[in-house]
Amino acid sequence: MTQTEQAPDRQISGAELRLENVVKRYPGQKVAAVDSLSLTIPAGEIVAFVGPSGCGKTTSLKMLNRLIEPTSGTILLDGKDISQESATSLRRKIGYVIQGGSLFPHLTVAANVAVVPKMLGWDKKRITERTDELLDLVGLDPDRYRDRYPRELSGGQQQRVGVARGLAADPPVILMDEPFGAVDPITRQRLQDELISIQRELRKTIVCVTHDIDEAIKLGDRILILQEGARIAQYDTPDAILAAPANDFVADFVGAGSTLKQLSLARVRSLDLRHPTTARVGDDTGPAVRQAEEAGDDAIVVIDSRDRPVAWPWLRQVRHHDTVQSSPRENLVTLDEAATLNDALDTMLTAAHSKVIVTGDRDKYLGVLDFETVTEHMRKTEREAVEHQHELEEQEQEAVSADG
Amino acid sequence: MADTSTTAPAQPAEDELAPKGSGRVITREMTLMLVVPPALVAAVFGAFVWWRQTADLDSVEAQQLRWSELRRLGVEHVQLTVVAALIVVAVAVPLGVLLTRGRFRAAAPVVIGIANAGQAAPSVGLIVLLFLWLDGGFWTAIWALSLYGILPVLRNTIVGIQGVDPTLLEAGRGLGMTNLATLGKVELPLAVPVIMSGVRTALVLIAGTASLACFIDAGGLGEVLQTGITLFRFSLMVTGAVLIALIALLIEWLGRVLELATRPKGI
Repeated sequence: MTQTEQAPDRQISGAELRLENVVKRYPGQKVAAVDSLSLTIPAGEIVAFVGPSGCGKTTSLKMLNRLIEPTSGTILLDGKDISQESATSLRRKIGYVIQGGSLFPHLTVAANVAVVPKMLGWDKKRITERTDELLDLVGLDPDRYRDRYPRELSGGQQQRVGVARGLAADPPVILMDEPFGAVDPITRQRLQDELISIQRELRKTIVCVTHDIDEAIKLGDRILILQEGARIAQYDTPDAILAAPANDFVADFVGAGSTLKQLSLARVRSLDLRHPTTARVGDDTGPAVRQAEEAGDDAIVVIDSRDRPVAWPWLRQVRHHDTVQSSPRENLVTLDEAATLNDALDTMLTAAHSKVIVTGDRDKYLGVLDFETVTEHMRKTEREAVEHQHELEEQEQEAVSADG
Repeated sequence: MADTSTTAPAQPAEDELAPKGSGRVITREMTLMLVVPPALVAAVFGAFVWWRQTADLDSVEAQQLRWSELRRLGVEHVQLTVVAALIVVAVAVPLGVLLTRGRFRAAAPVVIGIANAGQAAPSVGLIVLLFLWLDGGFWTAIWALSLYGILPVLRNTIVGIQGVDPTLLEAGRGLGMTNLATLGKVELPLAVPVIMSGVRTALVLIAGTASLACFIDAGGLGEVLQTGITLFRFSLMVTGAVLIALIALLIEWLGRVLELATRPKGI
């Protein structure tokens, strides 16, 4: 996978999951909900289960942590049969993230995240440290959020805490059930970006159920497309599925063949970023403004002490103050380098600048992507596609004439 | 911030932060319900004291309306109510929990049916029946009152636990909680507001019904009322009725305070 190539130094902390002829048949139903599913989920990868509703994808997921017991078949986690272990101790080793977060409303954010570590008997200090670390990882300032109750958070923030709770005890495998289904599109895109960024760091085995093929394409190292009865229609990388759908069902489902779909696969990191003037919070505005004027920039990217972008004021706004001002980081729309071009265009449409700030691990500032770069890339891709098409046609003609 | 003004509408969910409070919501209505009843009770009781000190009473009335006598009956009334309510909670909550567990779930409608029938029976009848069986006195009255107050707590315990969002239960189980932990850490805390509202209803029922305890020599403010009726003394009847009403109001208020105090933060 490309991600492995980019970060060979990062260790895989996930574990392999293997399903062997797993069947789930509910009493009183003729058709099995899951009909003999066999599958290997490689360690350290995100596998997205997609398919129409009722195809058995959620059932398949819940059998992995024994919320649903299979009727027959074996599931192996890291080579060991999961039915040999008590369900509760198994589940404590498998993170579980649910749509909307499903936080316990009577517990604070910190207490929600600490549920599993507490059951595992960690000492207080370790739990506190871990909680703060995780909140930071999912982009919530621990000092500001740890003592809040879920009711006091927005949907996206609740979902972030849900992800932190799933990661709490550092499980090798994380199951996500429609994790970002309950939030608005912009928040969803941010959460997806963050998940990709977190995964870059942690390299867990993540199984993610979704009904949204775009989400699957974006998140998945591999995609499992299921038909009714959890029969495998295709199980492959997003590129392979888009390039060569196994059958009509898959082709219809992914909408393959469209150049735009292919385009949505391209990641922001594959494009060149611009590097406009930056300034740190608390710097004198004088030099920063001068520098920006010389470079012809009309805005300055403000970054904090941890290299995270916090604000993006126009020059005229910067001039109002003597020092560079900060503002709550949540208000700034940024894009992870793993975001797709689709996301980039979406974000630009809603932003004041026709550009977007791109960040890497832990929200570290990388640069700015502008609209021209994206459109240029699109034209190039299209040209290449057309040329490729021509080449194919010429080859065909040659083949035909050679035959003749 | 250059782009907050224009991007904010696109992502309201992220920007909208509820103010950080204590985690408890106290609405205007709740504040009113907490302030008005004690004020009303104080005002009416003040009026009663003024009347008692200035009224021209005959010897029977004066005898029955002695302050020491009224205090004794009032204390008895509260004792009857509180002891019966404690027994109700101690029995009905565990029973309610049990009736939401696995195979006992099927028995829930039957038990609720029995409790319903118990409450539908006239309270005087229940008290007299128990008197015939157990003789009079404090504990017989407690028996009758507890039986009478069990239904709201039992029903609310069951309803409260059944009303917990199933996705939260699945979240608990999915995170590796045992069944007992799910009950103690998720189901019960979330059901507390519903259970406590049942407790308040039970308290009010018991406080009212306790005025019948005097029929079986268990005391309580019903005695003033009963004497008033027997001797046809209007002042005694009104005094008994007013004092019982005040105690019931006060106990209902206490129930509300309890409800608020036990409500888990965050919900």
